Amino acid sequence: MLSLLRSRQAKVALLLGTFLMLIMIMLMSVLLGVQTISLHTFWDAIMHFDGSYDHLIVTNTRVPRAVIAACVGGSLAIAGALMQALTKNPLASPSVFGINAGASLLLVLSITFLGSLLGQGMMIWVAFTGAGLAACLVFLLGSIGRDGFQPIKLTLAGSAVTAFASAITSGIMLLNKETVEEALFWLVGSVSGRDLADLLMVFPYLLIGWAMAFTLARAINIISMGDEVATGLGQRTVMVKIITIITIVLLAGGSVSVAGPIAFIGIMVPHLCRFLIGNDFRWLLPYCGVYGALLLVAADIVSRFVLLPREVPVGVATALLGVPFLVYIARRRTYE
Amino acid sequence: MSSLQKRSIWLMLIMLLLLLSVVSVSLGSKPIPLLETLRVLFTDADSPFRMIIQDLRLPRVTAAILVGAALAVSGTILQGIIRNPLAAPDLVGITGGASAAAVSFLVGTGGIFSIHWLPFVAIGGALLATFLNYLLAWKNGVSPFRLVLIGIGIATAMGAVTTFLLLVDEAYQASQILGWLTGTLYGTAWKHVIALLPWVLGFLLMTFFLSKELDMQALGDELAVGLGSPVQKSRLRLLLCSVALAGAAVGIAGGVAFIGLMAPHMARQLVDPVHRMLLPVSALMGAVLLLAADLIGRISFSPLDIPAGVFTAAIGAPFFLYLLFRKRS
Repeated sequence: MLSLLRSRQAKVALLLGTFLMLIMIMLMSVLLGVQTISLHTFWDAIMHFDGSYDHLIVTNTRVPRAVIAACVGGSLAIAGALMQALTKNPLASPSVFGINAGASLLLVLSITFLGSLLGQGMMIWVAFTGAGLAACLVFLLGSIGRDGFQPIKLTLAGSAVTAFASAITSGIMLLNKETVEEALFWLVGSVSGRDLADLLMVFPYLLIGWAMAFTLARAINIISMGDEVATGLGQRTVMVKIITIITIVLLAGGSVSVAGPIAFIGIMVPHLCRFLIGNDFRWLLPYCGVYGALLLVAADIVSRFVLLPREVPVGVATALLGVPFLVYIARRRTYE
Repeated sequence: MSSLQKRSIWLMLIMLLLLLSVVSVSLGSKPIPLLETLRVLFTDADSPFRMIIQDLRLPRVTAAILVGAALAVSGTILQGIIRNPLAAPDLVGITGGASAAAVSFLVGTGGIFSIHWLPFVAIGGALLATFLNYLLAWKNGVSPFRLVLIGIGIATAMGAVTTFLLLVDEAYQASQILGWLTGTLYGTAWKHVIALLPWVLGFLLMTFFLSKELDMQALGDELAVGLGSPVQKSRLRLLLCSVALAGAAVGIAGGVAFIGLMAPHMARQLVDPVHRMLLPVSALMGAVLLLAADLIGRISFSPLDIPAGVFTAAIGAPFFLYLLFRKRS
């Protein structure tokens, strides 16, 4: 596997450097926007909060945005790398597991039938449940039958379930115009307009997901050599796969329930990181975490300035920043 | 699979398509008795329903068949070239390019030009997006994986352009555009169908002639070169067919999802994975799916006309899962 960095020192150095950059970008995310905040005001807002307009912007809008973007971006990228390993398909992303579509469907269904009974806090659990249910269904469909769990069966079943759930979602939205208004806020995929409390609800799950992912790294390295080799080396492959799936659901499901469906990061960042440091998951997963966070926080900043004074959906800005990189990597690397 | 079974699959699909066509022509917001429908279709007899059938329903049914077949074949080609089961016209930016072009046409020209140009603008967008993809992926030839990776980038960029345009536009045409993006055959006129009929049929035929080359592509580059196939040239030819078909389909019906991705997999569950068999069966499958989806969209919430794109997956996905597990249990 050709990669840019080979030595251990270089990998550590770049990871730390990127992490510092992430902190810088998060700070910029707090300071920049339609209303520019000075570093001094930021400090005051944290240490001596006085309820002024500027301080409220910092604590209620900017800080939550930066933190949510970092957590969601990192989680989506890690989930993407795990998904690509699990399905043995470099084009897979957590959405192939039906996670985004399942969350959207259950949310739209609940808004239609429960209406205003559903608070924003509840919406997060509804979305998380939808993501989990869809993933369970896909996993079941991917493993029933005589030949057991097969990556290709999982991929195909996942695509079918995803398409089905999205179709029902858009059908409900076409028939029920009021649902659209309420659901659109969430369905667009955004890290703005959320409270830190929203993130805190799912944060424990993300944390567990990160811990599980990093513990899994070695096992995934082995399983990437093929199931037979892995079994021969004494690995319980079925166990590893099930734990991987649970991790993906925790990370991607937690992300989608806070920020709505955000695509592309889950596919793009793992490819970027593989280009930098190769296919060793002990390095790949932390790199994905940091670079995914970096991309989403940066995209969130850009989304404020593309169409001043309005904001564009963060997906537009992610494409603006990410696509040139993807094209560059695809051209630089040699395949096959 | 025995040849008898294969022949019965062919026969079943063709019968189903014919049956659905006739039912589609006779059912709708104004139901027409089946006998009357057949009389109008096959004789010159005078009938109060002639206008409805000839000018409204027949072009719509023809369009559904063409679009469904075109999308399915386009997806089959891409999955063969890219050798990845997730490949589809949506994934590599063909649909995205067509949508972005169509939306910029609707938003940017503000109604100066006739809406009848829309299908051709969409084809142009699809071709442009794929040309860009090919150009960026070119490096002593085009490797399938680079093509699809850059294709994902282009699809994402085109999606961003579409979203951006819808935001700038202040939504005065947004509902029309959203219907189009979901994929609908509402308001299809003979004009479009006749303009695109030779185009779609021509490229379908060309693809069937290229089915051996597609088999080669699916083997992998090294083996294909070893067997004497001009890999790069045939890849370009096949890619062109795929874009031309998907572009035309999106031009007529908008962004119909599911068929380009799943119809080829359905065909793979039914016949041997040789493209001589796969291509026609998935074309039939795609046509049947879209025709059924459009019919359900028209009659289930009548007088509302639900875009066919909603029902392609709603009926197609359960059927696909049934096919997937029928063989294994």
